[in-house]
Parts: sequence; C-alpha cells; structure tokens
Amino acid sequence: MSSPSDLRYTKEHEWIRVEGRRAAVGITDHAQESLGDIVYVEIPTVGAEVARGEEASTVESVKASSPIFAPVSGKIVEVNAALDKNPELLNQKPYETFVFVMEMSEPSELDDLLSSAQYEALVGKEAQA
Amino acid sequence: MRTPLYDLYSTYPGVKIIDFAGWEMPLNFAAGIIAEHRRVREGAGLFDVSHMGELFLEGAGSAETLDWLVTNDVRGMEVGQAIYTPMCTPDGGTIDDLIIYRLGPERFMVVVNAANTAKDLAWMNVESRKVRPAALAATITDRSREIALLAFQGPKAEAWLSGLTATDLSKIRPFRFASGVLLSGVEATVARTGYTGEDGFELFVAAEEAARLWRTILDASGTLGALPCGLGARDSLRIEARLPLFGQELDGSIGPLEAGLASFVKMEKGEFCGRAALREQKERGLRRVLRGCEMIDRGVPRHGYIVYGDNSEIGVVTSGERSPTLDTFIGLVLVSREWSEIGTEIDIDFAGKRKRARIVKTPFYRRRRAEHEQSE
Repeated sequence: MSSPSDLRYTKEHEWIRVEGRRAAVGITDHAQESLGDIVYVEIPTVGAEVARGEEASTVESVKASSPIFAPVSGKIVEVNAALDKNPELLNQKPYETFVFVMEMSEPSELDDLLSSAQYEALVGKEAQA
Repeated sequence: MRTPLYDLYSTYPGVKIIDFAGWEMPLNFAAGIIAEHRRVREGAGLFDVSHMGELFLEGAGSAETLDWLVTNDVRGMEVGQAIYTPMCTPDGGTIDDLIIYRLGPERFMVVVNAANTAKDLAWMNVESRKVRPAALAATITDRSREIALLAFQGPKAEAWLSGLTATDLSKIRPFRFASGVLLSGVEATVARTGYTGEDGFELFVAAEEAARLWRTILDASGTLGALPCGLGARDSLRIEARLPLFGQELDGSIGPLEAGLASFVKMEKGEFCGRAALREQKERGLRRVLRGCEMIDRGVPRHGYIVYGDNSEIGVVTSGERSPTLDTFIGLVLVSREWSEIGTEIDIDFAGKRKRARIVKTPFYRRRRAEHEQSE
C-alpha cells in the first residue's frame, strides 16, 4: 500500500493529517505490517498536553508493544474510541484509522516531518538494511 | 537452518518468516496469528515443527538410562506410549522439557526443543555414562535431520486426517502413538500429542516425504477449513493451555516444581538426576511458583516485565498475551509464594507504568472433551 501524498510522516512510522491547527495521528501501513495482528491500543486521555517526541499512546500487537510518539507538540483533543473494541482497524485500514487528534501548539514543527516520498525512501532503505 | 518444508513456505503469499533459534520458520501465514489460533480451537490447523530435535536411545540399558536422565517415570511406560517430562541438572534446574515415545522395550525417541538439541545430546551422552559404563551404555543418535514433524491440531483433526488413512485413528488415545500408519501413501508415526491444548496429532515422517504429506493434508482438509499455521499461533495457543515454553517458564534456574510440573516429577521412582535437589526444594517449601494472572488494567503482560506486590519486587512475567479465545489479557508469572494465592492482586511494570492484575486459576483454556473421553 503506498503512503498517501496528502499526509506527513515520521521516521517512527506515524502519519499525520493536518486540518488547520488540528493534526490527526495514526500508524503507517509499514508499521502495522511489521507489528502484525494488533490486539490493543492504549489511547491517551483527552486534554493531555504532550511535547513532540513524547510517548502519547501504545500499540500492542501479538508480537510486541510499540509506542506512538507525539509527532508535534500540543493537546490531545480527540481519541479514536472505536479502537477500544476493534484494534484490528489499524491493520485493516491504517490510513483511515487515526489514533488521536492533537491541537498543535507549534505548527512550525510540521516542517520537520517527512513527505510521502521521503517516507517511502526511508522504508525502502530499511528494507535493504 | 531450514526444515524440509522451507521451500513450500514461499508458495504461500503473505507468509512471514522469522528466525527462531537459528531456524527460518513461519511466524504466520496469510490468515495471521489470531485467525490461525481460532481455527485450531474451532477446526484444525497444520504446523511445521520439524525444527524440533529427535534423539533416539537404543540398546540394552536405554530405559534405565532415560529413567535416570528425566524426572518422569520411564520404566513404567508401555510400548506405544508417550510421556511429557522435564530433564534436570543435579541442582534441580531444567536442562530441557521433552516428550519421550517408547518405540520398543529398549528403544525410545526423545523429542526435544530445537534450540536445545545439541546441548541435550551432549548432556545425555555424559550423564548416561553415570548409569552404565560406556561399553554397556545405550546408543544415543541424533536423527533430527532425517525426520520431519508436522502437528495437525484441533477438534476436527481426527475426522479430517481419517480421510487419508485406513487406520482407525480413534483407537490412538491421548499420549499414545501408532507406527507405520499410511497417510495417503506416506508412512508416518502418528501420535496423539501436541502443544495447543487441543485434541490432535503429531506426525513423524521421513524428511523427504514431509512436503507431500503437508500438501496432502491441506488439500484434503483445507477445503473443509484447515489452515497452515505458524509459530505465532503455536505460542498463543500454548499460553492459553498453560503449557510451558523452555526459556520462558523453564530454564537452567527454573525447576519443574516451581513451574508447577510436580505431577511429572516422580520422587518415588528411584534415583534420578536432580532428585536430591528437588526433594530438598519440596521439603523446604518453594520460594517462588508459576501462576496465571489476568489483567485488571488493560495491556499485554510480556516476558521479562517485573511483578510487584505492595511496591516490592516479587517476580517476573514469563509469557503473556491477549487471549484470542477468552478476549482477556493473560500472563504467566513466576512469583514469590506469599503472592501466589488465587485472587491475590499484583502489579506489573509496563515500561514504568504499573498495571494491576489478579492471580487466577490455570489453564486459562481447557478444551471440551468428547463424550468417549469422559470416563478417562
């Protein structure tokens, strides 16, 4: 599955969809593929303030526990409650399933994120390594 | 290393191959670990476990030797019977856990964990000299590379496998086996053993016949719903059934009594390696024991997570998962005896975050037995 060009990406395999000051965050197809069957998502509390790079959520697959880092700084304003009952949505529709939405405090941090082309290059490099 | 079935894996789109103790093994096929797990509970699944080692003890003194080496009772076995047993060091730690098949009065096949095959062979050779002088000792041969092992597990395994043979498989009772069974022309030793907590069979065949048997079973029963399964489902199934995995629930420092395997340690059978140490443990009382826990808070307890009771460290998680059958978060924990009673609440450290769990009865999952088994 190719990574949608309207999203931004992190090296840690999160995607970010920006709408005004709001940023929805999910995990990439590559991330869900390498995690395997996802069995639980620990979603953050609405209202929590998180700094860029801070652990905001945890995705648990059959194989491993993997943190989701906040790709930008801000406040958690929405979480995907459907993941509580159906964590496998992250496997099935990774780019249509957000984990949480942040209200950004430093939108300029978006400049440090990767484009889909840059992200795909990174994943390609990892595959060769 | 690769099993004789390795070339077949790549014919399955979506197969995920991992390194397991130096073996390139399927973690899961296209269906994924959870779907494979469920299929084994509801229908049947086929596993390649050819990486397991097969060691043969043959000749006069074989029974006596094995009886010294392991904690369970070998001399009392009938030909055609299999037993599960730990094998211990003199200090009561575990070298490995095995299944022993009695092929003849003085002929045994010992199935060992893949990662331990070389270690076990060396250990058995050295220890067997303590039973009888070298010249009289049993011959111990590693036939792991000649023998492939398929596990066909699930409530439908007997019915679906029966379509391939004239042998009446219902006559093979749990922990019994039959040799020379023809499965669509492939000669196999068919044992009613497994590692899933489900009914099913383990099929020992010549390495060169393994691919044909794999395809035959899946062609015949795949239309009925059997799935090829990988090591991921094997692990999640055995956790629900509380079957120990060497390296997690058992190792050089975790003895069989601590792991809750007392029924496989026959103190009264006579002298065996580790007996004195195990007896001392038993008399003094065990310091720590293996228990099952269920998470009260949510999260998957994982191997190595530290367990706390009233803020002091009381043990460690050996295995854990979100149980596909029960849909709860379950774990196996090795904890201080004082914290081991059913119903006791404990805390598990999830990377700095304490989560609550409760000690519960195990196994987490017990299969429904068929009517003809009720009397057993």
